[in-house]
Amino acid sequence: MTEMEVWNNKRELGNLSEDERKIFDQLGLNESSRRKFLKGISATSLSVWAATYFPPEVFASAAAALPDNPIKLVNEVKVNLRINESVKSLNLDSRTTLLDALRERLALTGTKKGCDHGQCGACTVLVDGKRKLSCLTLAASCEGKEITTIEGLAENGELHAIQKAFLEHDGFQCGYCTPGQICSSVALLEEAKRGEASYVTDDLREITKDLTLSEEEIRERMSGNICRCGAYNNIVQAFKEVHSSDDEMPTWEFATPEQMENAKSS
Amino acid sequence: MRPFTYTGAKNKEQALQSYSPTSHYLGGGTNLLDLMKEDVERPDQLIEVASLDYKKIFQNDKGGLTIGGMLSNSETANHPEVRKNYPLLSMSMLSAATAQIRNMATNGGNLLQRTRCPYFFEASMPCNKREPGSGCGAIKGMNSLHAIFGYSDSCIAVHPSDMCVGLAALGATVEVQKPDGSTRIIAFDDFHRLPGSQPEKDTNLMPGELITAIHLERPEFSEHYYYLKIRERSSYAFALISVAAGLQLKGGEITKAGLAMGGVAHKPWKFKEVEKFLVGKKPDESIFEAAAELAMKDAKPFEGNTYKVEMGKKAIVRALSQAYARKS
Ligand SMILES: Cc1cc2nc3c(=O)[nH]c(=O)nc-3n(C[C@H](O)[C@H](O)[C@H](O)COP(=O)(O)OP(=O)(O)OC[C@H]3O[C@@H](n4cnc5c(N)ncnc54)[C@H](O)[C@@H]3O)c2cc1C
Ligand code: SF4
Ligand code: FES
Ligand code: FES
Repeated sequence: MTEMEVWNNKRELGNLSEDERKIFDQLGLNESSRRKFLKGISATSLSVWAATYFPPEVFASAAAALPDNPIKLVNEVKVNLRINESVKSLNLDSRTTLLDALRERLALTGTKKGCDHGQCGACTVLVDGKRKLSCLTLAASCEGKEITTIEGLAENGELHAIQKAFLEHDGFQCGYCTPGQICSSVALLEEAKRGEASYVTDDLREITKDLTLSEEEIRERMSGNICRCGAYNNIVQAFKEVHSSDDEMPTWEFATPEQMENAKSS
Repeated sequence: MRPFTYTGAKNKEQALQSYSPTSHYLGGGTNLLDLMKEDVERPDQLIEVASLDYKKIFQNDKGGLTIGGMLSNSETANHPEVRKNYPLLSMSMLSAATAQIRNMATNGGNLLQRTRCPYFFEASMPCNKREPGSGCGAIKGMNSLHAIFGYSDSCIAVHPSDMCVGLAALGATVEVQKPDGSTRIIAFDDFHRLPGSQPEKDTNLMPGELITAIHLERPEFSEHYYYLKIRERSSYAFALISVAAGLQLKGGEITKAGLAMGGVAHKPWKFKEVEKFLVGKKPDESIFEAAAELAMKDAKPFEGNTYKVEMGKKAIVRALSQAYARKS
């Protein structure tokens, strides 16, 4: 039997191995919901949110892809998008996200699609100067708004200070999260100037403008941009250089055996 | 995502008139679009309401503050009046999601965000909330994130909002516009509901009602406040348990207390009995511990979330201690 036939067999008859049965029991799926689940899962992939909670074995063989037919526009909307200071007029399917409009229709592929569900920050762009997620923004809702993407940050051929600092400090490895990290950093500079607070701000009642952010503050405020390469230290450093002219590299050392003991006993 | 028509409402009247039972209002879209991509929500029309002019913050005639339903979470949390007089609300809001999401999320949408129960999010799993009658996968399944208070046989999910836990501790009312154009005010405690036999209903909102404002009571916890959020990583994660604590002190005694917990029930869980118990007491660790015991005495955990009972107690003691310790 081909892999697909084995899978179909399982779907139709609920023919599961002992191990598979155990997994389904742990998931709380009884006979009828098992069958329903197996039918459903073959057509779709697991939701991004649910995937972190359910064991991967359950989905290992559920690989059937959706048909790849070209799709025509449904519920067409006409939108004027003002992107990086030029206006683009587009006819779009009402379902089109700002992210897909940028990448698929305007060839502005600097903005990246990581998760498409608001969980990673790779798609961060500036909308009227505020950082937002283009994957959860409908293009139709952007009429009349000013959108800035990574392609629009340089001025007169000169990179934005944050872009330069990312280069200088190696604020990336693969670079996939980088456009999002940079757009997010650019917005954060302004948020600090306006005196906005974060969850780790000591006293929310004390309101001052032109904040100098501590490293803890920067990390909390940049937590919406996830970097699989773990370039966080260098990203923080790049941000600091522009934000507070602090370009010292962080110093660190291994904990001594004594410190390890103290940490355990406290 | 299934096809839908898009209506950009120009005013409240247009929004209300465009509504049909198969439509959804669109706020920031941070929850609704996510769920539409997962095929969990399937509206045939979206009515964009985030641009409507309910974005102001002003003093109301009860001596409190009124915040617009379409204002973003970040503008609300950072508004000087909110930070000065309702820092507990700011802190709860700032603990949620990320800067990007808070910039998009509206106050109205935040109240109506749906549970993060993984079965609810996965359309191929059984879930009474998503598909009434299909069973609850979590009761005998993976229930580490689930309720310990107020659940039913049909659903044990928790409400995920941090802002709502802050609002529950502070006391508030929600203003909604009814489809006939009249206004209704809902006490915050009556806004969200317990699952009972209808887990598909998260709130007592009627179809078509549009949230336009949240009214806060006179500020009472502006000096002693704390929002403690415990999660699996230190940022950008939903709460396992959260506690909003506010205290008012005079002459070394507690004169008023606000206490609510997130991550434990189908709605923000307000400890009314504990709030009363604390009044007239001298704040110290032993009183906070007694308050925590009282608060958690009726907790009934499942196989996967027994940890929440002990964690809940410790969280209450810590949140109350932090609130008390603030310099006034
Ligand atoms: C990755 C991620 C992490 C998150 N982490 C957290 C967290 O830690 N804590 C937390 O509290 N939240 C968190 N959130 C959830 C976020 O706070 C909510 O998604 C947001 O508040 C919803 O607001 P919105 O305006 O985007 O609502 P939408 O998604 O636009 O709408 C949500 C619902 O409300 C309805 N609606 C919207 N506005 C109105 C109105 N004015 N009147 C009537 N109905 C209306 C919509 O029809 C829809 O049903 C997270 C979200 C994501 C994606
Ligand atoms: S707990 Fe509620 S939301 Fe989760 S599976 Fe059960 S019915 Fe669905
Ligand atoms: S692609 Fe938008 S947050 Fe991941
Ligand atoms: S540089 Fe690779 S994900 Fe951040």
